Amino acid sequence: MTTQNKPRIGVYICHCGMNIAPKVDVEEVARSIQTLDHVTVARDYKFMCSNPGQDMIINDIKELGLNRVVVASCSPRMHEKTFRNAVKTAGLNPYYFQMANIREQVSWVTKDSQEATEKAKSLVAAAVGRVFFHQPLETREVSVTKSVLVIGGGIAGMQAALTSANAGYEVYLVEREPSIGGHMAKFDKTFPTLDCAACIMTPKMVDVLQHPGITLYTWSEVHKVEGFIGNFEVTIKKNPRYVDEKKCTGCGTCMQKCPTKKVVSEFNEGLSFRTAIYTPFPQAVPNVPVIDADHCRVLGQNKKCGVCVKFCETKAIDFEQKPEFVTLTVGAIITATGFQAVNPSGMEQYGYGRFPEVYTSLEFERLNNATGPTSGKVVMKNGKVPERVAIVHCVGSRDTRHKKYCSRVCCMYSMKFAHLLREKTGAEVWEFYIDIRSPGKLYEEFYNRVQEEGVRFIRGRVAEITDIVDDATDEGRLTVIAESTLTRRTVRVPVDMVVLSVGLEPARGSEDIGRLLGVSRDGDGWFNELHAKLAPVATPISGIFLAGCCQGPKDIPDTVAQSMGAAGEAIALLAKGIVTTQAEISRIDPDLCSGCKSCIESCSYSAIRFDEARKVAVVNEALCMGCGSCAAACPSSAAGVKHFTDQQVMGEIESILL
Amino acid sequence: MVKSMSDFQPKIIALVCNWCTYTAADLAGTSRLSYPANIRMIRMMCTGMIDPKYILKAFLDGADGVFIGGCHPGDCHYINGNLKFKKRMAGMEAIIKQFGFDENRLRLRWIGASEGPEFQHNMTDFIQTIQDMGPSPAQGIMVL
Repeated sequence: MTTQNKPRIGVYICHCGMNIAPKVDVEEVARSIQTLDHVTVARDYKFMCSNPGQDMIINDIKELGLNRVVVASCSPRMHEKTFRNAVKTAGLNPYYFQMANIREQVSWVTKDSQEATEKAKSLVAAAVGRVFFHQPLETREVSVTKSVLVIGGGIAGMQAALTSANAGYEVYLVEREPSIGGHMAKFDKTFPTLDCAACIMTPKMVDVLQHPGITLYTWSEVHKVEGFIGNFEVTIKKNPRYVDEKKCTGCGTCMQKCPTKKVVSEFNEGLSFRTAIYTPFPQAVPNVPVIDADHCRVLGQNKKCGVCVKFCETKAIDFEQKPEFVTLTVGAIITATGFQAVNPSGMEQYGYGRFPEVYTSLEFERLNNATGPTSGKVVMKNGKVPERVAIVHCVGSRDTRHKKYCSRVCCMYSMKFAHLLREKTGAEVWEFYIDIRSPGKLYEEFYNRVQEEGVRFIRGRVAEITDIVDDATDEGRLTVIAESTLTRRTVRVPVDMVVLSVGLEPARGSEDIGRLLGVSRDGDGWFNELHAKLAPVATPISGIFLAGCCQGPKDIPDTVAQSMGAAGEAIALLAKGIVTTQAEISRIDPDLCSGCKSCIESCSYSAIRFDEARKVAVVNEALCMGCGSCAAACPSSAAGVKHFTDQQVMGEIESILL
Repeated sequence: MVKSMSDFQPKIIALVCNWCTYTAADLAGTSRLSYPANIRMIRMMCTGMIDPKYILKAFLDGADGVFIGGCHPGDCHYINGNLKFKKRMAGMEAIIKQFGFDENRLRLRWIGASEGPEFQHNMTDFIQTIQDMGPSPAQGIMVL
């Protein structure tokens, strides 16, 4: 420490009117502190936070050449900012300041006046012992690139993209499928209002396509993410479509003429076939087909074909396309990678895969849909209309053997199915449920409505679905066996068709996305939000937000609301245009770092990286939150949080115990 | 010099997190919930930043007890810093024992920001425990 920097500490004891004095003998505290080393002046005053109080500090800094200040008054949670500003006004770095809490933690909680005075002395001495070691700190401002990357083009990603783009920001929307739309595009009706999903969805899809602020990358994946809040460097991999998007008019001739017609349709959940060159569904956006290289005769089997090339009038087919990499800089990232339906194949008791008339809920959605395999007619594989249908709730949900959580949607969509079945086929419908969960707006009303429509509700988890029938007249039917827990009897219901209301799980590949972004996932694989209640769309990684089911199961209204929330957070960041880095963050001394990486493991914010060249850990100042986990984890004391250094904390401890 | 038990006034250091336990202490203050004056609180940002050497330093400098207060599991302002400290706690007890300090002189509790009465109760109880245990043997051992 140079002589110029020799600590000259000013200490100010506040009376806080009658709140600290007279319980604490403030004059006695000031007298006692005045005798400590490096204390230039110790004063007491009625209200330190008042203007005259602050002026007293400012004048002393100027006139007495103080370079450290301690105020003993209320909680720093109350007035630390006030006094830091006063110190700053006088031309000192605001971090040359320390507060001692002698109101909330002394005068208000101590009965004996003498004990209170002694405790106050001790806390003020501790603040003096600490401020001695204070260092000047600076915040830094980083400019923000005014664009957003949205990962996933389902309803969540589309909404987040539209809201962000409507605010005037550049949006890049990446979707790995050939079309945006996600799961909602597969649905027929939506609960509880029974809006046709396509009718409310397809206009939004077109809006996304036509929005001048949105650049759409379908059939593409996020390949690499680097950088941090305000300036993420993102590499997108555009998979080869083998169709030139600029030339294709979407006329569909290629799809009609393609001779490979027996490829199982993913979009129709395996209930129909598609061609090798295809769009997943008629309203696909963009309306540009892709060639499925595995099934194409030219690309996959090295055969001569080229029918599509021959019929394409705009010469859009290009077998030579290669993966293309696009690099973008974005200020914020919204993750909207969604969910996938739980596959019930492993749940033997339900007979899925063994009995052709056992369907998953997504298959049933397609069966119901006008663009589906049966053009919306609910029929069995033999073409007959079912007369009796069972709907099994909570398949794979609320089950410790599978997913312990509630899917939040299967009660409502099951009841929607029941309604549609009653309306379309007049079939008798049994709902096998554990509890009915209908907590949304108009949801309970929908439940009542479906009951009035004659749907039978049996409270009991289905034990087994079998093709053994009790009565010969039911031959060919399936028997659903369950215990009705309300009547305490086993029921055996013969039905023609069973719908398994499967649960939700994180989408395939979300683990990879999590790794790319550094966003952690919970035990079930959903992305972790920053705070379950107060920061539900932010993630621990600053500048990365969550929209829709990737954070946890949600219905459409909640998904849309959350997506708008995520977009709002992103917009707030972009609108401000700068990110101010915190001053109290971690620093790792490269001379002391042994390269053990303990800090990297301990950091919940992925704010520390390893510099391979120097073999030391380096803190990213824009990501660090200053929690100090790294400092405590570091075995060589190389990591430390600024303003909470070992010297400062130990100085405080030492002075308290003197 | 061995003090007699009756006039023994323990010195206790409390290392507490800014977001939960420190706030609870402030709440105890605004609610005028009194407790003995033996507690000296040091504000940390998170229990996760509490280095074992701080605890050792406090004991070797003569603290009769060290109290660590953090957010309840799941409420940590920094996601899970409190759990990181909890992991270190067992090792910490073993270390202070090796230095000749009873492990009961170190206590970890989760006290949420709204739990003023719990803060008061915890302080009173810990002070009583240390009072009953008598002065720390620190003075008899080396001081770093």
